[in-house]
Amino acid sequence: MKLRRSMLFLPGANAAMLSTAFVYKPDSIMFDLEDAVSLREKDAARLLVFHALQNPAYRDIETVVRINPLNTPFGLDDLEAVVRAGVDVVRLPKTDSAEDVWQLEKEVERIERAGGREVGSTRLMAAIESASGVVNALSIAKASPRLIGIALAGFDYVMDMQTERGDGTELFYARCAVLHAARAAGIDAFDVVYSDVNDEEGFLREVELIKRLGFNGKSLINPRQIELLHNAYAPTEEEVEYAGRVIAAAEAAERDGLGVIALNGKMIDAPIVNHARRTLQRAQASGTRQ
Amino acid sequence: MNALEQLHGQFPDLAHLRPFAGAHAASPHLADPERKAHRKLAASLEDAIAKTGLKNGMTISFHHAFREGDKVINLVVDTLARLGLRDLTLATSSLLNVNAPLIEHIKNGVITQIYTSGMRGKLAEAISNGLMERPVQIHSHGGRVHLLQSGELNIDVAFLGVPCCDEFGNANGAHGKSRCGSLGYAKVDAQFARQVVLLTDEIVGFPNVPVSISQDRVDYIVKIDEVGDPSRISVGAARVTSNPRELMIARFACDVIEHSGYFNQGFSLQTGSGAASTAATRFLEHRMLKKGITASYALGGITGSIVDLHKKGLIETLIDTQSFDTVAAESLAESPRHLEVSTNEYANPSSKGTYCDRVDVVILSALEIDCDFNVNVITGSDGVMRGASGGHCDVAAASNLTIVVAPLIRSRIPTVVRRVTTIVTPGESIDVLVTDHGIAVNPARPEVAERLRAAGLPLMDIDALYQRAVSLTGEPQPIAFTDKIVGVIRYRDGSVIDVVRQVQP
Repeated sequence: MKLRRSMLFLPGANAAMLSTAFVYKPDSIMFDLEDAVSLREKDAARLLVFHALQNPAYRDIETVVRINPLNTPFGLDDLEAVVRAGVDVVRLPKTDSAEDVWQLEKEVERIERAGGREVGSTRLMAAIESASGVVNALSIAKASPRLIGIALAGFDYVMDMQTERGDGTELFYARCAVLHAARAAGIDAFDVVYSDVNDEEGFLREVELIKRLGFNGKSLINPRQIELLHNAYAPTEEEVEYAGRVIAAAEAAERDGLGVIALNGKMIDAPIVNHARRTLQRAQASGTRQ
Repeated sequence: MNALEQLHGQFPDLAHLRPFAGAHAASPHLADPERKAHRKLAASLEDAIAKTGLKNGMTISFHHAFREGDKVINLVVDTLARLGLRDLTLATSSLLNVNAPLIEHIKNGVITQIYTSGMRGKLAEAISNGLMERPVQIHSHGGRVHLLQSGELNIDVAFLGVPCCDEFGNANGAHGKSRCGSLGYAKVDAQFARQVVLLTDEIVGFPNVPVSISQDRVDYIVKIDEVGDPSRISVGAARVTSNPRELMIARFACDVIEHSGYFNQGFSLQTGSGAASTAATRFLEHRMLKKGITASYALGGITGSIVDLHKKGLIETLIDTQSFDTVAAESLAESPRHLEVSTNEYANPSSKGTYCDRVDVVILSALEIDCDFNVNVITGSDGVMRGASGGHCDVAAASNLTIVVAPLIRSRIPTVVRRVTTIVTPGESIDVLVTDHGIAVNPARPEVAERLRAAGLPLMDIDALYQRAVSLTGEPQPIAFTDKIVGVIRYRDGSVIDVVRQVQP
């Protein structure tokens, strides 16, 4: 189980940020070659990200690159560069249907073969940014075994829906749809960015909401949000203590060859044990909630 | 033969005793009701200068409690220049960007020698480029008092801006429209200067309380329009940050404090004026609450964030030699346990008792730190002076645990270097370096390293941090200097720890 609570966006053309961003230790870092890079900097950004991906400093962190859509003049060049540089995950923007994923998958496989990279080692994620994408979320989520997750991208989506960002009501259906599709496909689900970096309270309210809905995590645009997010996702001391007892009971049951796990006279099933494992994993990553 | 003649006859060693010559022989101003009350008030700055008898070649002094909002230094030196004075030694507790107009007065020969804790901006740049014939003497805050005590530095006239005083000269910085808080630097000048001129924009009723500078130290008082702009005190070095990297360093610094072995009930602390060290205060609160401990005192350089912990009962006493923002200045006026102290009490190594000697943990910043933990807070990566010695070497030498916080790299320039451009604080005084890439403990403190390692903190060898920096930036070209010495770095005991040379034009 790879923890993916925080996915930090970095504009691909910002060399200063690329040279230090790994110190913030988000669960994943997403280098952006798409909307955060102006047209005149597309080539420079691609080159910078190509080198950053190969820097040892990024070895211990999951790297994601948001490429330009394949129907733009930059998409395929982006893909060539980042797959050859060893990116962990390619993020496809503006995914409207499973066909978009298949097309990407085909190109990735071609580049893997051409570049001598193990076929299948480049993972994918799809960003859903339109009404069509939301409606097709399930088929998108199941489109490729390479997919590690799908992400809702709020800005383009609300435009497409002819509304604007507000208290979250405008995203309610899309969040539920994307999340259900991800869970049905057995992959991760990521929520939208929260763009007012100075509004910590608003950010934490949104984090609380998406955590309760069941999202794995969130896309972030400022490193300051990482600690806040990780802390909000961290279990309480009581939860850790309970999870420890669940795991101990499960291990005891396995040791004794019992099919049924019991804790304090109550039966515990596999989903509870899995949940306890996730709790302990989060606690190990960032301690208990403060 | 009268009684006095008899006395002289019987005891020749008392021949100097003079007869009584009337109640006001030695205090003629008491005979004149007008002079009795107002004798110290000067009609103008020019008038006050004339009364002091200031002459060419003498030494004048100032304090920098208004930091970038100071209106006094430039005003007085402008006036001295207009009066035709020359060849003066300027002894100020520090100089900032606001003092750029001094460049002209150096060119014109009004100022020919400078003692200061630091310099910034255009003035620093000009001096680094060889503006002055004689090198600037850079001292620490404690070291300045030492130079005054040792007699190297003799102030003829101190011009001290104060936010309020009465017409006898009882002054403080806790009240008045320009309140700056502590007058910790000015107190020392008032004590050591041969003559003291107070400049104020608010003359209040007698007696003015509290008394930071006492009437018995003050010769003349001049009312001017504005002594300083308090809103510009926290500009520059003393700022609050929202930079994620600085916040992360601050959090690491708190991790170090928490697990250092010094985070105990009644501990004492100082945080410097850098962004990360100021931010660290914010993160300490939670840890103090969690562990249920409070601090006995905070020293410094008091900021709003330190005051906040004081108000919450987490720091019992504030010992304030300089108030870094308006919140600190207000607290000085309001809290009975917010104590104003002179730099002699703060950090003078030859004082009979300094507060820095009893500090457990201090967080300081650095422009550069080298693999031997030597710290530079004066010269930038271009060799130009752009900082201040401040209390850096004072508190580093005295405290039980000295933590330096700095980003590993600033805009493509490594902060951790093989050899610092200028040594201000020797590595033997530095215990822990906290960067955004990791934490390095001075090998001289293995027990601290052991505690931090046990707490799971990301410890690295300082050489590894240096290698990391260079791997990201490449090895910087050495700075080209001429042979000419433009600055002398005085350690707190007056000794010379390093010099600054003119940058190659």
